[in-house]
Amino acid sequence: MKVVAAGTGLAVLSSSLKSFQMLVSAADPPPEEGPWWGIGMDISKCIGCGLCARGCKTENKVPEDPFYFRTWVEQYTILHNGEVKIESPNGGIDGFEQSEQEEDIFKSFFVPKMCNHCAKSPCTQVCPVGATFESPEGISLVDASYCIGCAYCVQACPYGCRYIHPEKKVADKCTLCYHRLKKGLAPVCMELCPTSARIYGNLRDKDSELVRFLREHNYQVLKPHLNTGSKLFYNALSAQVI
Amino acid sequence: MEPHTQHLYEMLSKVEGYIYPNEIELQWGFLVVLYPYLTGLVAGAFILASLERVFKVKVLRPTYQLALITALAFLICAPLPLISHLGKPGRAYEILVTPHGKSAMAIFGFVYLWYLMVVLLLEIWFDYRRDFVIWSKEKKGIMSKVYRMLSLGLSDISPQAVRWDDRLGYFITVIGIPSAFLLHGYVGFIFGSIKANPWWSTVLMPVIFLFSAMVSGIALVMVLYMVVSYLRKAKIDMPCLDMIGKYLFYMLILDFSLESLDQVHRIYEAEESFDILHMLVNGKLFITLFGLQITLGMVIPLITLGILQIFRIREFWRKTIYLSSGVLVLIGILFMRWNVVIGGQLFSKGFHGFTDFKLGLAGSEGLMMAILWMVLPFVILAFLLWLMPPWKKLEEA
Repeated sequence: MKVVAAGTGLAVLSSSLKSFQMLVSAADPPPEEGPWWGIGMDISKCIGCGLCARGCKTENKVPEDPFYFRTWVEQYTILHNGEVKIESPNGGIDGFEQSEQEEDIFKSFFVPKMCNHCAKSPCTQVCPVGATFESPEGISLVDASYCIGCAYCVQACPYGCRYIHPEKKVADKCTLCYHRLKKGLAPVCMELCPTSARIYGNLRDKDSELVRFLREHNYQVLKPHLNTGSKLFYNALSAQVI
Repeated sequence: MEPHTQHLYEMLSKVEGYIYPNEIELQWGFLVVLYPYLTGLVAGAFILASLERVFKVKVLRPTYQLALITALAFLICAPLPLISHLGKPGRAYEILVTPHGKSAMAIFGFVYLWYLMVVLLLEIWFDYRRDFVIWSKEKKGIMSKVYRMLSLGLSDISPQAVRWDDRLGYFITVIGIPSAFLLHGYVGFIFGSIKANPWWSTVLMPVIFLFSAMVSGIALVMVLYMVVSYLRKAKIDMPCLDMIGKYLFYMLILDFSLESLDQVHRIYEAEESFDILHMLVNGKLFITLFGLQITLGMVIPLITLGILQIFRIREFWRKTIYLSSGVLVLIGILFMRWNVVIGGQLFSKGFHGFTDFKLGLAGSEGLMMAILWMVLPFVILAFLLWLMPPWKKLEEA
């Protein structure tokens, strides 16, 4: 009797532990096979031309107004006095002008931003109807025909990568140009980048460009303390980057 | 240019520092402020009712049914501002039909239905069944049929049957207390579990929401009891009112302590987000936080209600203090929700800047719509009080 009770208890405990683990990790484990896409950004290569953000708007029909971006570029200017100035006029689409005097600048650089396609994405976790989901390739997507437009995902994204589409009234975000990836094409922002500051690749393939990039650089992710499992890796990321 | 886009350009001109470009628009406006406010009033009113029923605070008897009916009227309306704020309100049912198990918000439908269907409706029904049967016999025509329908055809009002109603009602109330805690603690969890937002992300959030809910619900029933008595030209039961005032005072102390603990903890830890939150509370939230929420909605009622606990004051002045304190508390808690919901979106998640919020008058997210959702529960309450007047019940008893 005791053995049966203990066995049943153990079975119940182990099954609830599994659900608990899933709840904590906020994501199903990645499938065993197929590509598992990640992104690499080399800050030392970005010239702030804004072609990526412009191309994304055109390719993905992102509203033109400067409140909606699937990707954008930020300019960081760190002055000798330690002051940090961050700018992204119109998401960097029209390029940047440096307003600080050159002799005052300690260093200046550009940081491209886009969805981190987190492995433990808070946006996927909070979606009340599952309209935001992770594709088998590890890409965070939104089913526009299913989204109720509650904006909980917008609140949950720590990187500010989501918005509510003004016409569709549903959540919208970077899809890593999923429609292009499926055809074997590169995401448009990466295709257009003149310096190859943006790359993507299969994290499971040790010979992929991204894995080589990670091997050869001291990469970091944004806001690592939030444990989102970000798959957007930066080279030369300064501590000031938000 | 569309008014919405025009509004965003106006907000863009008011941005301070640097915010992510998608953060200019506040996604949750005044309607989302109302959702936790209305839900809190429900939970608080129910807890007050349960004090009489479960904890045998018999002096609160005159407000028992009023508290329950108030909870019901406000619960019916609680999800409406939330649904009307959705981008696709027509798809709201998906939360119930295909909920996402890992989402805190997805549980809302079930918590709501549990509370509405199982707790409140059942408790009220068990409490009123005998009266429905009596009223169906007293009234004529359509009202007789309405009361018969409300009794669900169960017309046995023998002492034994009524005793069973009482027992089952008591049982439901016992279940109802943790359910009320669950309902509002859960609403706090919706905000408290957003780790991207340091203004929301605290384990204290569900507890703070719960205690502020009790404060607001008790204040609402207190004010309503006085207003309804005035309208009915009935004498206010002062021992009852004094007891509600006492509970409101105690709850205010607890709520104040919890909120202070939260702030002290934030200040002492002074994490990464401290500077931006410090600027937030001393800037954009200064009036609504220090002026309306803390001073007007908490400190003044604490002092006035505290005076009543120490000194014996004339009945007229006690009533005046209870009424004014109740109204101030209700205003204060509304602004507490405002400071959480709106305040949490005014600063960038990058902690380097602020956006702005301007409450429009018209439109689906405007003040007029918010007033509609604020007034509707009172209209439903008036109807319910007309349909099942607690005072008539008391007279019969």
